[in-house]
Amino acid sequence: MQVKEKIKKTIQQKNENGHSLNGTAVMSKRIPVLKTYKLYINGQFPRTESGRYYKLTGRDGKVIANICRGSRKDFRDAVVAARKAQEGWQKKSAFNKSQILYRIAETLETRKAQFVETLMLQGYEHQAAEQEVYAAIDMLVYYAGWCDKYQQVFSSVNPVESSYFNFSFPEPMGVVAAIANQQSGLLSLITAIAPSIAGGNAIIVLAAEKYPLTAIDFAEVLNASDVPGGVVNILTGYSKELHTHFSSHMDVNAMMYCGSNADELKTIQTNAALNVKRVIAVKDIKEESPYRIMELQEVKTTWHPVGI
Amino acid sequence: MAKQGSKKNVKLKFDTQWQYSAAPESPDHIILSDKYDLFINGKFTPPQSKKYFDTINPAKETRIASVAEAGQADVDAAVSAARQAYNKVWSKMPARERGKYIYRIARLMQERARELAIIESMDGGKPIRESRDIDVPLAAAHFFYYAGWADKLDYALPGMKAEPMGVAGQIIPWNFPLLMAAWKIAPALACGNTVVLKPAETTPLTALKLAEIIRDADLPPGVVNIVTGAGATGAAIVNHAGIDKIAFTGSTDVGKIIQKALAGTSKKFTLELGGKAANIIFEDAAIDQAVEGIVNGIFFNQGHVCCAGSRLFVQESIANTLLRKLKDRMETLIVGDPLDKNTDIGAINSRDQLNKIKSLVKIGINEGGECYQSSCSLPSKGFWFRPTIFTNVAQSSKIVQEEIFGPVLAIQTFRTVEEAIEKANNTPYGLSGGVWTDKGSKVFKVTSKIKAGVLWANTFNKFDPTSPFGGYKESGSGREGGMHGLSAYLK
Repeated sequence: MQVKEKIKKTIQQKNENGHSLNGTAVMSKRIPVLKTYKLYINGQFPRTESGRYYKLTGRDGKVIANICRGSRKDFRDAVVAARKAQEGWQKKSAFNKSQILYRIAETLETRKAQFVETLMLQGYEHQAAEQEVYAAIDMLVYYAGWCDKYQQVFSSVNPVESSYFNFSFPEPMGVVAAIANQQSGLLSLITAIAPSIAGGNAIIVLAAEKYPLTAIDFAEVLNASDVPGGVVNILTGYSKELHTHFSSHMDVNAMMYCGSNADELKTIQTNAALNVKRVIAVKDIKEESPYRIMELQEVKTTWHPVGI
Repeated sequence: MAKQGSKKNVKLKFDTQWQYSAAPESPDHIILSDKYDLFINGKFTPPQSKKYFDTINPAKETRIASVAEAGQADVDAAVSAARQAYNKVWSKMPARERGKYIYRIARLMQERARELAIIESMDGGKPIRESRDIDVPLAAAHFFYYAGWADKLDYALPGMKAEPMGVAGQIIPWNFPLLMAAWKIAPALACGNTVVLKPAETTPLTALKLAEIIRDADLPPGVVNIVTGAGATGAAIVNHAGIDKIAFTGSTDVGKIIQKALAGTSKKFTLELGGKAANIIFEDAAIDQAVEGIVNGIFFNQGHVCCAGSRLFVQESIANTLLRKLKDRMETLIVGDPLDKNTDIGAINSRDQLNKIKSLVKIGINEGGECYQSSCSLPSKGFWFRPTIFTNVAQSSKIVQEEIFGPVLAIQTFRTVEEAIEKANNTPYGLSGGVWTDKGSKVFKVTSKIKAGVLWANTFNKFDPTSPFGGYKESGSGREGGMHGLSAYLK
């Protein structure tokens, strides 16, 4: 209860104190420094090349921040970065990937207060914000554990009739483009990112339009957690604009759609046929399962002779 | 590098002009108590037996610390703490939270890796390079790997509902003290069991450091209990009515006693016992690489390795060349201070073990084997044994049949693939094996015929938390490590 009050107060104070562009500060109070929210591409934080923005407003209608309205070109840059980073990421040992995912969870755990606060600033109630942050951390730990296990569960040695050692195992598809669920500020990102990178893919995610702050804050967590640049790229902007570009890009292997707009999904499925992209429509962002990893894997089978 | 000696016995000398400067790892920052109690119910507790024994540094023959000797009453207390923790806390905790505790242990081990490595080398005699680069990181990785399984068990055994066994009694050997503790504790906890673990009497210190880590990780009291002692303590665990599962790593002799003792009880068991692995070198193998593999196979950890490649089979056509290269390579091996980073072969773990090795080598010579030892210098104090190989031995020779558990290799030759396979399988053991050839199809042909649990092709002594380990035949029953290692701790 006390914590709740405290956060409420902080937010109030922030709004009064000028954590909004229009806020007028009282002379005696300290003026907070406002953060410029940018994109996250290739391990760096560039502004959108388009120079466009949209305003994020708080409950009181005051502007919280100008958000980069990412463009097709931003996305294309992110795909180049993801493609370049993917091979190195796949090559890292499963154990190492596991450690890095766990590291993301550790880093997020120590910043949970910040994320709760920022989710509330974007409209979450305290309890919902806290629950979402805990669920996000736990989901990261969950997929950290899968990094060196899903191969064991989903591989096989195939008893072919002829004298061959024949085995099949999953390999990452490559570059995944994802559009996050629009109803969630943090879990929406984790549910797209964690199973993708646990399986050795690189990913570009478009954050929920209403929740760009936690998305870019989370990019900072990734940046501080030994995730190589380019493995995860986060854009902000409009799903209605970008979903066509995401799904028609010829160097993207899989498209994950976590939104709920049936028209957008249909366009994505149609465009995906251009280069036979896999399309994954995620309905439940809370789902935790190794099948979420397997959706983004190809199965490779090798034949090897047995004999003297 | 001047050659010396008669033509018949040519040895390369590597220490004439270029000497290695000492490069010891400093133990200055190591904090060790003078006396260690039992770790029961989350606390270090003095033994009700009131007895303590010394653990010594085998490289110096000096006492390091006194360690409690757990008697029947102490084992009772540990088992009862484990039972309480199982009933009241551990079996009720959501699997995901259980996993988080295990992750904590992994992380704390990584943070204290250097300390653990130095203590491991001081207490057990193994080279710091091995404890630093293999034992400790692998032990931490084991916890990390199994932590992730805690909430995923239903995926591991299709069609089965994963249920823990209860209280596991675990007895581990002195050759990889911390690593074996990790192999035992990590999967047991991940599957929801609680543990009473007994480290070996000559190497209890890193297990007690692990107890500190488990305490610091704030694990619920009683989930892990560590009781030190010798055979009698082990027997008290094996025979305890409050234990549901016995996991033992050690000699085949003791393993058989345990299996017999458990007959007629409802206790489950896994045994990881001795070995006498065949390391088979075909004429098409990359020969220098094979020599490295042979050296690693038999001299890794002073040969105190249950899966050591202690029987070498060389195809006749390359035997002379290979033997020459092997002897040359042996001359470069540095035997000495375990804490020195240049050291290849450290101290033999105990005087008893040294005597056992010596007596078997003597038998080997008496049986007509041709013995060759490297000419390296040995420190004056401590337990040491030179890298040793035997040629002119038969399948029936004692040193070919029995596990020596020291740096002693028995070499035989073969002509055909079938002969190699037949000779390799002529042993009651079946833990591991090695195959060296340039031909992939031959690898799979030969490995499919060797009756052993782990086969290495063009490599040897490789371990990984994800990779199951364990033996056929008299080398034990059950597997540790990997997904298969889970079933050892599930109903």
